[in-house]
This record gives sequence, structure tokens and C-alpha cells, in this order.
Amino acid sequence: MTAAYPTPASAPSVGFGNLLVSEWTKLRTVRSTYTTALIAALGTIALAIAVCGRYAQDYATMNPDDRQSDLTNFSLTGVYLAQVALGALGVLAVSGEYGTGMIRATFVAVPQRRLVLAAKGIVLAAATVALGETASFAAFSVGQAILSTRHVGMSLGDPGVLRAVFGAGLYLSATALLGFGLGALIRHTAGALSAFFGLLYATTALTDILPTTWRNHVINYMPVNAGSQIMTVSHTPGALSAWLGFAVFSCYAAAAIAAAAVVVEHRDA
Amino acid sequence: MIEAQALTKRYGTTVAVDDLSFSVRPGRVTGFLGPNGAGKSTTMRMIVGLDLPTSGAITVGGHAYRELRRPLHHVGALLEARAWHSGRSAYNHLLCLAQSNGIGRRRVGEVLDLVGLAGVARRRAGGFSLGMGQRLGIAAALLGDPPVIVCDEPVNGLDPEGISWIRGLLRSLAAQGRTVLVSSHLMSEMALTADHLIVIGRGRLVADASIADVIAAGPGGHVEVRTPQPEEFAAALRAAGAHVAAQDEPGTMTVIGLACAQIGDIATERRLTIHGLAQHGASLEAAYLELTRDSTVHRHRAAAETGALS
Repeated sequence: MTAAYPTPASAPSVGFGNLLVSEWTKLRTVRSTYTTALIAALGTIALAIAVCGRYAQDYATMNPDDRQSDLTNFSLTGVYLAQVALGALGVLAVSGEYGTGMIRATFVAVPQRRLVLAAKGIVLAAATVALGETASFAAFSVGQAILSTRHVGMSLGDPGVLRAVFGAGLYLSATALLGFGLGALIRHTAGALSAFFGLLYATTALTDILPTTWRNHVINYMPVNAGSQIMTVSHTPGALSAWLGFAVFSCYAAAAIAAAAVVVEHRDA
Repeated sequence: MIEAQALTKRYGTTVAVDDLSFSVRPGRVTGFLGPNGAGKSTTMRMIVGLDLPTSGAITVGGHAYRELRRPLHHVGALLEARAWHSGRSAYNHLLCLAQSNGIGRRRVGEVLDLVGLAGVARRRAGGFSLGMGQRLGIAAALLGDPPVIVCDEPVNGLDPEGISWIRGLLRSLAAQGRTVLVSSHLMSEMALTADHLIVIGRGRLVADASIADVIAAGPGGHVEVRTPQPEEFAAALRAAGAHVAAQDEPGTMTVIGLACAQIGDIATERRLTIHGLAQHGASLEAAYLELTRDSTVHRHRAAAETGALS
């Protein structure tokens, strides 16, 4: 019998940085990342052009009651479209691995599954913050440039505006992380997307079954109602403050990710 | 070295692997053999930590797989099911796996050359044929130059050239001193590839011996029968106490426990048609059928209940 083949021993031990590099490679080498990112960025900017353009056009003849009270938020309207694309990006970042079988290769290469989830989440957060901020600042700039032709545009120096525009980028990233958490928990693309849409849209509608006094309180804590406060300059009475609202929204994402982290080690992959 | 100790895996009330103990030694190809559903894939998934044992343990080089920090340097695994993202190129698939274990890009190029995929490395792996997919799986398994290689049904669906390539590769890996465990449900394949056999049936260890020992311990031989009435013929032979297994070719059966003359008599008596009758000497195939008799009997019964040809 031949001598036993040695395990390569001298290579440096693997750190969390290796996992981040690996997850970044995964994210940038599938087409769905680019499709969803492009839809999110173009959607945010295109809607800013459309709604602000229309507003500027009609401004002179507009009934004063129809005038927007929050033109910063108005120019960020496209965020509500982009959140769908970014949620899908987050879902696919993990459900794509389960659906194709890639997850088996991933967990064979890195059996510390929670570290895989952590690395994936961090890479996704970083990439979507960059994308979200770019889209958000671009949409604001374009939208306000159009509105300034009617001398009603806002500037980043106005109170609360910088926070709202920056916050829109954060909101988009948190949306992607909510999708990621649901994808990791549910593991099937269709199921995770349904849960994502349900959480985003159905929760608000469902509060209508509550008694009115409860409803008016509870609705402020629903994901979109809470999360969108970060990109709002003039808040409606009773709504959560900007950062508290964003914290509540982030809790939904954190809860999904935490639940996935609890079960991932014990599930057979 | 792979060691299983009282390894057990249950899914609900189904026992997939039942109190299995064995060790796989370096320097030779160990065939992991058993009928479909015997628990081979489940055992192999437990080796690489994808499934956790219900009880017992399985270790590689003395470590539980999930404790390994750079597992690709310890174990290379080709699992039965597809394990890559269909939208990613072969190169990028291997690259992200390599990066997670601190393996450089140069090694990615090397394994692509080794398995003959260098020319298609930039193509989406989703468009790969079965054979190319197996080669990609082998490339991933070899990334970390591991001392232990585990392959689940590596020749399934491959053309003869691919089969002979994998066979040669596994033998050369073992010759280098590596531990090589290869599963198959085909004894004929194992006879050509393996030096040693671990046979399981219904999750339990049936044999752990060299190929020569398995043949020596097997029955004297078997008879191959070809007939246009396989169902009636098989029923008649079983009624006479024989063990019958259908072969891949329709209408062809392997029969143990009856000689050619007795089979001929039964055919005449029952007015059954024979197209071919051949006596075969002691073989690995016969030994295997005998070894896994319990589990195949179980399957024949189940098949008979659903009216299928067994």
C-alpha cells in the first residue's frame, strides 16, 4: 500500500475575509443581480423624471390644494418601485443557491453555515447601500432640477432633506436584506417572493380588520409605513419619527435573518 | 481515512441508515455498493456534513466534517445531485468555491485543465451536458488537492468514454495514496474500479471485504434467462425457490438457485418461451445479488404489490 496522501497543512487558515470575497464573486457572477439592480436604479430615476416633470408641467394651473407638501419625498417616488426589484435581488441571492443545488457546494466548502449567511448578508448590504444611495441621490438631483424650473425645488441643505435622500438608499438596502432573510428562511424563490410582497403590502391592508383606534396606531408599525419615514421630510401626525421608523423596518429584516440563522445549522441541505 | 461508528439516520419513521460502522482506508478505491435506496447517498451526504446523523458519528481524518476550517483541503466530494448555479460560468463557480477556502485562481485553471473543461470554462454551467457536469463536479472536488475523495454514482448517465475517464482518474487518485470512496448500484462497474467493497442494504452493513473475498463467499454461479414472458417466468421461478432479478435489458433476468436443466423443465411444464439460457460461473454480480437478497426481496414484494415488473 502506498503512503497516505497528506492534507496540505501549511496554507493560511481561512478567515471571514475569504467568505466575503467568495460571496462577492457569487453576487457579481449571476445575471439576475444585474437585471434587478438595473431595474431598481433606472426605476428610481425614471419615476423621478416622470412625476416631477408632470408636476412642473401642471404647476401653474394646479389647484393650491393639490400641491405637494413634501417635494423631497415626491422626487423619491421611484423607491417604491425599486424596493420590489431589490427585494427580489435579496431573495435570489440565497434562494437561487437552494433552487439550483449550489447550496450543497457552498455548505460542503464552508460547513459553518451561519458564517456563510453572515458573509452573504454583509456583501449584499454593502452592494445594495452603494446602489441605493446612487439611485436615490441621482433621482433627487434630477427631480429637483426639473422642479427648480418652477422655483419649487428643494436642496440637500434644507432641513431634513439630506437625511431623507440618504435614508432612501438605506431603505432600499434594508429591503434587499428583508428579501435575503426571507429567502434564507423559506429557501424557495416563489415562496420567499410571496412572503416578501405579503409582508410589504398585505400587512398594511390587514390592519383594516382592527378596530379603528388600534388600527391607527398599529399601522405606523407596518413595514412600509414605518420604513418610509426615513425618506420623509414632513411627517404626518402620529407617524413614527424617521430613525425610529427605519429601526422598526430593519427589525423585520433582522427577524427574518435571525430565524434563518437559527434553523440553517440543523436543516439537511 | 473515513470512519463511521454506529451511524444512523432517520427521516421521520423511515430509517435510511441503520447502525452502520465501517472504515475507508487510503491507497485504494473502496466501492460503496448497494441497491437504490440502500442509504448510500445519505451516508455520503453525512460524510460532508450536508445531513446530520440522528445518532452515531462519521469522521474524516478523525474530525467531524463541520469542525473543519478548510474542508476542501480535507475532502473532495462529487455528490449525486447537481451542485452549481446554472447561471454562473464553470470558471466563476470554481472561483467562488476556491476563494471561500483560500485557494488561488491558478488552481482553478489547473483543475479546469485536468478535467478537460478549460475550453468551455466561460460558458454558463446551466447549458452543460451530464458528462460536462460530472467533470465540473470532479473539478470542484479536486480544488483543494484533498487526501480524501468521495464520489456518489460518478458514472451515472455517462458515455463509455466518460466512464473510462472517471475510472482511470479514481484509480490514479488512489494510487497517489488518497482515500477514495465511490458509490454505485452496479456491481459490474465496481468490479472494474474498486479494490475493496463496502456493501449495504436497507441502511445496514452487508459486507466489508476485498473483491476477491466477496466473490469467494458468493454462490457458485447464476443463470441468465431471456424470455418474452418475463413476468410469468419470474413468478414461476420464484415459486420454485429461485432468486430472480431483472436486468437492464427488457426480458432478461438473472437467476440464482436453479440450474439450467431445472429452469428448462419449469418452462416446459408452464408452457413458457425461452429465447436464451446461459450458465455463468461464480461472479461478483451473483455474489452481490446474494448479499443484498434481503433488501431486493423487499423491493420485489413492494413492486409486485403495485403491479410493476420486478
